[in-house]
Formats: sequence, structure tokens, C-alpha cells
Amino acid sequence: MTDVIVRIRGLAKSYRRGGQSVPVLEDLDLDIRSGDFLALMGPSGSGKSTLLNLIAGIDKPDRGTLEVEGVDITRLGESDLARWRASHVGFIFQFYNLLPVLTALENVELPLVLTSLGRRERRERAELALSMVGLSDRVKHYPSELSGGQQQRVAIARAIITDPTLLVADEPTGDLDRVSAGEILDLIGRLNSELGKTIIMVTHDQRAAERAHSIVNLEKGALVRAT
Amino acid sequence: MFLRLVLRNALRHKLRTALTVLGLVVAILAFGLLATVVDAWYAGAEGASATRLITRNAISLVFPLPTTYREKLRGVDGVTDITTSNWFGGVYITEKNFFPQFAVDGESYFRVYPEFVIRDAEYKSFMRNRKGAIVGRKLADTYGWKVGDVVPLRGTIYAGNWAFEVEAIYDGRDAKTDTSQFFFHWAYLNETVKRQMPRRADTVGVYIVNIADPGRAAELSMGIDEQFRNSLAETLTETEKAFQLGFVSMTEAIVVAIRVVSYLVIFIIMAVMANTMAMSARERLSEYATLKALGFLPRRIGSLVFGESLMIAAIGGSLGVALTFPVAAKFGQAMGSLFPVFNVSPETVLLQAACATTIAVVAAIVPAIKASRVRIAEGLRAVG
Ligand SMILES: Nc1ncnc2c1ncn2[C@@H]1O[C@H](COP(=O)(O)OP(=O)(O)OP(=O)(O)O)[C@@H](O)[C@H]1O
Ligand SMILES: [Mg+2]
Repeated sequence: MTDVIVRIRGLAKSYRRGGQSVPVLEDLDLDIRSGDFLALMGPSGSGKSTLLNLIAGIDKPDRGTLEVEGVDITRLGESDLARWRASHVGFIFQFYNLLPVLTALENVELPLVLTSLGRRERRERAELALSMVGLSDRVKHYPSELSGGQQQRVAIARAIITDPTLLVADEPTGDLDRVSAGEILDLIGRLNSELGKTIIMVTHDQRAAERAHSIVNLEKGALVRAT
Repeated sequence: MFLRLVLRNALRHKLRTALTVLGLVVAILAFGLLATVVDAWYAGAEGASATRLITRNAISLVFPLPTTYREKLRGVDGVTDITTSNWFGGVYITEKNFFPQFAVDGESYFRVYPEFVIRDAEYKSFMRNRKGAIVGRKLADTYGWKVGDVVPLRGTIYAGNWAFEVEAIYDGRDAKTDTSQFFFHWAYLNETVKRQMPRRADTVGVYIVNIADPGRAAELSMGIDEQFRNSLAETLTETEKAFQLGFVSMTEAIVVAIRVVSYLVIFIIMAVMANTMAMSARERLSEYATLKALGFLPRRIGSLVFGESLMIAAIGGSLGVALTFPVAAKFGQAMGSLFPVFNVSPETVLLQAACATTIAVVAAIVPAIKASRVRIAEGLRAVG
């Protein structure tokens, strides 16, 4: 349980805006233990999403190393990084990001298209994942026919279907009412406690952060306090 | 899953897709029809035989040649058969009913033109009847003529009222054969001419010379014309194809215009299609970003766009091709004997398919590149 699964050293990222370089993250160090449930907090614009995107391998830092299970993902090329994401990262977005033309089941099945699994097995796994999030009766529904909370649960099923090392969530309850938000947080908590998933969650919500084991605060590109 | 995604994406905006498909159908259909018109234009030359030479008066086609040339032609080495033909230019009831009429040497003509297929019995009765005529199937169908009918023609070059009895109806050996012609006995024409305008008697419009070896066409043509150098009527001999193209080339500009228009139509629908694909791809950038985040490679994303474009083009294109046949048939009928041969060629269908594919590919290039290059973090931001 004390193995470090994510090791970040000297990470820096800046954006160019109007010909000028705006630093977002500067010389950041962070260790995340395997099985941790980490909340990433901080004011708007502090770089939370930027950091999460770097850890999830959908953006590249300017400097520094970012090792996940000993692999420095900053050194991977685009295709290798894509393959790495497919097998190591589960994404949960604020706006769910389901494909509107696919049913709940098909959305969940989607990441498995990149694996060598056969059609039948993909389907069975997707059904299992949907039942884990309590949506067995909604498999044939399209996203537009589901509530926000239900859509987020489909997205969670999609995130866990490949059994990834990391689950990253950027304000997963940001677009939900209190009740649905509570349900989603329960579900994410169970993924951590029951399945032992390492979870990194960006949130503004203090109550959401309380579910986490540890909280990291970002302020102006630097870690302020880590618990 | 991939195909399902492509298909459902294509059907996402039903009206937009339907309009694009409709545009494609019209464009591909128009392209096919125009190509068929051009083909029909050249059909005479296309159907021409490589083993036939046409010998005509060197000054102009309107001047005839004496019948005495026949014996001299027979003597030319390499010539296997000879027949004659004479433009009649009569009017059937009104000027609008145009079709070609020829006074021919019935005994040899259909030997030299084996593509005109005639029943033995009908041919025999034609040969027995001085005023007999052989008409093409398409022509007979157009005017409802049957064997035994009398066809009156008002002469223009050969003044007077003429009447011919339909003794035979010929069919084409293949689809390229012109079956809208009208043939009757030159002998009948000549005996009347002899009586009324003796100076124009014993002449024919052209000689059609059959040769054994098409490779010697040029040499033989020169040889024939050499024979008649410095004689009363010098000759000009060329292959049947060159002879037919001589008529067509006068209107080459129209053909070029038709070709240009048909490619313009394709170009316009390409722009429409590119716009459709660009709109769709732009709307879906966040979805493409999501797919990329999940680990889909850029080329997969690009092929989603290409797949959608190809699917729409395949539907529109095949409908367009399928419609070309009935519409061309109707069009050909309406044009009557202006286009004696009006068939959609396999080349036209191939060209249509090539156009549809090109439209799909070209229209999808830029949107596909944009979609595949979407930066994940930014694309995801676009949600909401
Ligand atoms: N693609 C980009 N181009 C330019 N600047 C960017 C880009 N993405 C982020 N930024 C800037 O980087 C800074 C950090 O952005 P980031 O999205 O990481 O903040 P955040 O902490 O997630 O904020 P929020 O809580 O509002 O989501 C912001 O000032 C933002 O404007
Ligand atoms: Mg953010």
C-alpha cells in the first residue's frame, strides 16, 4: 500500500498566450501512493486540470519527469502514449463526454475496441461494468435519455472497463445536483475501497474532498499543503 | 463498432445528410447523362469498322462520283468488297422527322455492313421489290412502321414525291449499331433521275471499300486516290472512323462545353460535401478528443471522418448511377433519331464511381486532418 505509483519531479508547464509564456506549473514534485484517493484542490486557474492532464498523459510538460509504475510517460511518443492511456488510465470528466450516437452499453464497450477481446466478451464485460454502477436496466439507452448522474455512472463504467492503474476525475460532480453528486462520490469511493483503484480527483467541493484520503492544494502553480 | 459509429454519425443530422445525398445523386446523374450524350455524339465513329474505307469526291461530299469507278476500285490490291451509298435527304411528313436515308446497292451493301442484321426472308422480298426499303428497328418503332407499310418521302435533293414499301426491318448486331437508318434501292433512284435529270444519272455519293488488313488502311487510301488523280472527279479516301469524325468535329466545341459543365457539376458538389464534412467534424471535436483520450490513434479518428464521407458518397453515388439508366433511356427516346445510339457505357459508370469516390476523399481530407490532430486537452474543454 505504500508503493509510490506516480512520481513527479521538477514538473513545469507553461502556455503561450499572445506571444508571451505564462507559467502554470513550476518545478512541481509529488508522489502518489498506490491505492490512494487524492483530491486536488485550489482556486480557479491554479493549474489543477493542467496537472491532472499531465498525469493522465493527454498533455505534455515543458520540463520534469512523470513516472507511472516506473515508466516516465513524458518520454513516450504520441502513439505509445495513446496505447499507454488505453491500458493505464480511466477518465471521468465533468461533462461525462459520452458519445451521443452510442448506447450506454456501447459507450462502455468503446475502450475495449482497442483490445484483442472478441465481440461477445466485450459485451459481457460492458454489461458487468454497467451492473457495477447500478445501470443494468439502462443498457440500451442513449446518453440523451439518461440523467446527468446516470450519464456520469456510464462514464465511470467506461473508465473502469479496462481495469486501469489510475482513475483521473476532473470535477466529476461539478455538473450534478447534491443528491446525484453524493451518489457519484459514493461510487468513486467504492472503486477505491473495494477495487483498490488509485484515484486522482480535481474538485472545488469541500465535501467531495472529504471523501478522499489525502488532499493536495495548488496555488499559483505550486503545491501549498499536502495531507 | 467502428462501422456502427460511422453509420450513426452519418445519420445524425438527417436533413443535412439527406440534402447532401440528394445533391450527390443529382450531380452523379447529370454527369452520367452528359457523358452519355458525348458518347452518343461519337457513337457513329465508335461503331465504325476498321476494315472499311470511304471514298468520296475530293472537292466536297455534295459532289457525286461516277459509277464507273467501281471497276477500277475492284482492281486495287487488298480490296475485298465494294458497295455504294447515296444520301437522299427526303422529308417524312414534316421537317422535324429527321432520319438518314440512303440509296444503296442492296446486293452488296449489307455484305459490307454485317452489323445490320436482316431476316433472310425479308431481305429476299426487299431484293425483289424495286421500291422496297429496309428500315432500322428503332426507326420503325419511332414511327410505328411494319413490314408492308408504305412510307412517303418528299424529295429535297431529288425533287418529287417518293413512296417506299417497307420490306424488312434490320436489328443491330450490338448496342453500338445505329438502327435509325432507312435504305432503299439505288437502282430505283437512278431510273427516276435518268428520266427527270439525265445529267445527274449514273452517279453515287460515296464508295465503301472493304479491305482485308486494317493495318494497310492508310496505304490503300493513298493508293485509291492515286488511281483517280487528274481524272474528272478526284477522290478522297479515309477510314470510316475518320469520315464519321469529320462530321462530329464541326461541333467539337459543344462537346468540350458539355464536358466542362459535367466536371463543374462534380466540382460544385465536392464543395458542398466538403462543407458538410467540415461542419460535422467541427461539431464533434470534443468527441474526437474524448476518443483520443481513450487511446484511439489519430488515424482511427481520421478514418471515422473518411468513412462517413465515403458512406454518404456511396449512397448518393449508387443512387445516381442506378437512376442514370432509366433516365438515359427516357432521354434517348425523347431525342429520337438525333442520337441513334444512346447507351450508358460501362466507362461512364466507372467514371461516375470514380467521381463519387474522389468527391468523398477530397471533401474529407481537411476535416479528417483537423479531427485527427485535435489536441485532447483543448478539445475536451470545448464541451458544455
Ligand atoms: N490551452 C491553453 N492555452 C492557454 N492557456 C491555458 C490553456 N489551458 C489552460 N490555460 C491557462 O492555464 C491556467 C491553468 O488552467 P487550468 O485549466 O489548469 O486551471 P484549473 O485549476 O483547472 O481551473 P478551474 O478550476 O477553473 O478548472 C489558467 O490560467 C488557464 O487560463
Ligand atoms: Mg479545471
